[in-house]
Amino acid sequence: MYEFNYQAPASLADATKAIAAAEDGKLLAGGMTLVPTLKQRLARPSDLIDLGKIADLKTIKVDAGTVTIGAMATHASVGADAGVKKAIPGLAWLAGNIGDPAVRHRGTLGGSISNNDPAADYPAALLALGATITTTKRQLSAADFFVGMFETALELDEIVTAVSFPIPEKSAYQKFRNPASRYAVVGVFVAKTAAGVRVAVTGAGPSVFRVPEFEAALDKSFTASALDGLTIDAGDLNADIHASAEYRAHLVTVFAKRAVAEIS
Amino acid sequence: MPDDGAPGAGGIGAAVRRKEDFRFLTGQGHYTDDINRPGQAHAYLLRSPHAHATLGAIDSSKALAAPGVIAIFTGADLAASGVGGLPCGWLITDKHGKPMVEPPHPVLAQGKVRHVGDPVAIIIAETRDEAKDAAELIEVAYGVLPAAVEATDAIKPGAAQLFDEAPANTCYEWEIGDKAAVDAAFAKAKLVAKLDLINNRLVANPMEPRAAIGEYDSGSGDYTLYTTSQNPHVIRLLMGAFVLHLPEHKLRVVAPDVGGGFGSKIYHYAEEAIVTWASAKVKRPVKWTSDRSEAFISDAQGRDHASHAELAMDENGKFLGLRVDTVANMGAYLSTFAPAIPTILYATLLAGTYTTPAIHAQVRAVFTNTVPVDAYRGAGRPEATYLLERLVDVAARVAKLDPAEIRRRNFIPTDAYPYQTPVALQYDSGDYFKTLEMALKTADRDGFEARRAEAATRGKLRGMGIATYIEACGIAPSAVAGALGARAGLYETAEVRVHPTGSVTLFTGTHSHGQGHETTMAQLVASGLGVSVDSVEVVHGDTSKIPFGMGTYGSRSLAVGGSAVMKAIDKVVAKGRKIAAHLLEAAEADIEFADGTFRVSGTDRTKSFAEIAFTAYVPHNYPIETLEPGLDETAFYDPKNFTYPSGAHVAEIEIDRETGVVEIVKFTAADDFGRIVNPMIVEGQVHGGLAQGIGQALYESAVYDKDGQLLTGSFMDYCMPRAANLPMFDVATNVTLCTHNPLGVKGCGEAGAIGAPAAIMNAVADALSPLGDIRVDMPATAAKLWQIIHSHTPAEAAE
Repeated sequence: MYEFNYQAPASLADATKAIAAAEDGKLLAGGMTLVPTLKQRLARPSDLIDLGKIADLKTIKVDAGTVTIGAMATHASVGADAGVKKAIPGLAWLAGNIGDPAVRHRGTLGGSISNNDPAADYPAALLALGATITTTKRQLSAADFFVGMFETALELDEIVTAVSFPIPEKSAYQKFRNPASRYAVVGVFVAKTAAGVRVAVTGAGPSVFRVPEFEAALDKSFTASALDGLTIDAGDLNADIHASAEYRAHLVTVFAKRAVAEIS
Repeated sequence: MPDDGAPGAGGIGAAVRRKEDFRFLTGQGHYTDDINRPGQAHAYLLRSPHAHATLGAIDSSKALAAPGVIAIFTGADLAASGVGGLPCGWLITDKHGKPMVEPPHPVLAQGKVRHVGDPVAIIIAETRDEAKDAAELIEVAYGVLPAAVEATDAIKPGAAQLFDEAPANTCYEWEIGDKAAVDAAFAKAKLVAKLDLINNRLVANPMEPRAAIGEYDSGSGDYTLYTTSQNPHVIRLLMGAFVLHLPEHKLRVVAPDVGGGFGSKIYHYAEEAIVTWASAKVKRPVKWTSDRSEAFISDAQGRDHASHAELAMDENGKFLGLRVDTVANMGAYLSTFAPAIPTILYATLLAGTYTTPAIHAQVRAVFTNTVPVDAYRGAGRPEATYLLERLVDVAARVAKLDPAEIRRRNFIPTDAYPYQTPVALQYDSGDYFKTLEMALKTADRDGFEARRAEAATRGKLRGMGIATYIEACGIAPSAVAGALGARAGLYETAEVRVHPTGSVTLFTGTHSHGQGHETTMAQLVASGLGVSVDSVEVVHGDTSKIPFGMGTYGSRSLAVGGSAVMKAIDKVVAKGRKIAAHLLEAAEADIEFADGTFRVSGTDRTKSFAEIAFTAYVPHNYPIETLEPGLDETAFYDPKNFTYPSGAHVAEIEIDRETGVVEIVKFTAADDFGRIVNPMIVEGQVHGGLAQGIGQALYESAVYDKDGQLLTGSFMDYCMPRAANLPMFDVATNVTLCTHNPLGVKGCGEAGAIGAPAAIMNAVADALSPLGDIRVDMPATAAKLWQIIHSHTPAEAAE
């Protein structure tokens, strides 16, 4: 690692001031992406502003109709929460299957979505469930929040504080893991809501996206076979030594079907 | 497996729990990086980011001024100091009788860099981070050149040339066998099977990365090197004689606990030489520890063959002749044993378990702009087994024979031993029929077709694959090895030092880096002297304590090292009998030794081993005129032949048509390792070898791009097998004793990695057979298999 100034503000206001004042600062949540990056000397922030000492950012609340999760709630805590498991089982399963146990006990919801890794799991849940992201400055819809590969709508000194998920009728998440990294090559979140079915895909493209064609077919018939013969266009999908764009496009259908089969 | 509680238990054949595990499992292992020498400085190596470039001026001025920096050295400094290049320990003579091309292998690059990771400078500082910071300030004038990456491309006209002295990047073209006999066999053959295949390049990735600490005592002029090595005496010899020009009595090499090697820690590496040399220059101990990213570009890699093979048969599927053409990648420089791997350790195994009467192989070794390649678990024998067993399955299809049946028709008969193969080796014993039968029975081959049909109803392609392997290990008879180009002897040494109160220290020239020698070797002594396993301590890894030994690799420790132990034990017992004869006032010929007791035959007059030991060191009532005091014997053992473990592996897999993922539903191994000393440790060795063999077949592959950049430079991209990827293994052993060593042992450490790849890939080919006869190379990843299935399934392909 290169040297950096470490700060651990006690409040969001202090954290906002600190990140704005830093020459080239980074917010530190769970550190599961940032710390390895620093160890490999791929980044050189002047300051690390640790959000871990700020109170009240970890709470998980289930109200009528909404699950609200604090930005610093760990994946393990979300995955194990009885309320989340009951209200949005797909979300609990997703969180409980991010990475491995060591990662899950440090990684956070806020950290994950702020980074917007194309292979992160959470973005698929937020987009499929129509979640709202609350920051220190405003509220954003998931669609507006996730802009592009590793890019969100967050301003430099803007910090995610919580995410609210409308509770759907049914939910499921299925993914195909890269055998080496175990990240999602393709992850599909299916949510059956009163307003219709929503299908969001992570891993396959530069950023999370919905599949209107699948949603329309599932609105007509909420069965796995409704997706027979439907494939998304491989054109804009990611390709690397592990998976071609064509393979990812194919897997999107496979895992969308598997997610639907789980809850239909 | 629980140990026996019975007295005398703990001898040969007992599943004694490993003595070394207590410290390993409680974090009290003592690894090289755990060692910190007073006043030590830290080293960091600046490595080439280019696969191929001229190496111009190196400007260290800013770096030398950086905080904490003590010194910076480059190849020019080493050359000026008279430091030699890293030697190659095996000379291969090409098919024209000329020695192989042996370009210089400088400790730090000179004139050119030839692979990403080629070390260019060493920075020594107070802390590792300071050395790393300073490294970033060094300016190097690289002149980037095109890279030659694939061995089959590097030999083509127009390819980038690594060394002026190696036209077409060729190190040697070598052959073995009888070409005329093979051509004649093909001329009269009724059936011919052909196969092109790749043996994929692997990164060893032992859990413990490499480390080295060099230390110089200016008062005595003694050098000490602590290093993660499988063979400290070999390092002392190579580094002392060829690189640093130090006499051996002034150089001590210590390999403490070593956390896995799999071959990658055999070689004498630049880092060892440079920290040793530098410690005298800066007058402080110098410590270097690799991180994982560095290991990916500096540890020797494994395998990397491209082959074409043909098998001639008569109308009954009897093998008449085999011809093999292999291009083997050496990487950018010759690593210590590299030239021997695709020749002596590979082509001599191409008879396999079969009576093929005529064999000819040619091998071309090629330099490329990649990390050097050398032995990796199995070292040449996995490559031979993979090629042969895949080819035999093709032959079965061509001959319309069951794969098990074609093998049986060609197995060496059980009464044919010793069996002289057409490729130099003579097998001593074996029963391939038995291990095949055992494996097929446990694998329930009879029920397989029904399981295949049922799997199809679930959308899965199920397949079963067989591999019957043999290997040569217990390396090696020195004269034979020397005739084949080895530049060292390959005997082993053991010193059995009995202490006055009867406990024993065994000094062995082998070096356990996960094999459990502190337990198995103690079992040999316990069994031979009738003492408890707990009263025997095994010492290895320190050249100042142990007579010259060649270390651990090639499944040699028990066959060669254990045999040395038995000889030393024989000497101890022989001396003990003389002492007992004196104490018991009997003739030496009347003294028997069994179960730790010396007895006058046919009487109940005895002396215990402990009494004899005490007498040896307190020689009051003693034949002092004719016998020296003490009880401490050394033996050197040179094996008469290699040893030949063999076996049958059967893999049953299912491929998910939707994703291409392979699930191993069952894996059966029936192996013949000769006498089994510790069945629990043997089972562990088999499991480990199978995990690595399956890793090669389904998951692992070192991938370089066309510019020689390693794309799989971390575990994010280099796929290691996990426990969840593996089934519960069904393993069993059959014993045919080795006929030429005192224990009858054959060795077991590499067998899993040798048989598994072929068994898995034959199963994959079988699973895909409903779609056609399709070439699949390792690793059979999900993406690769899905693409194959997709393009061979008409309805899907049409989408």
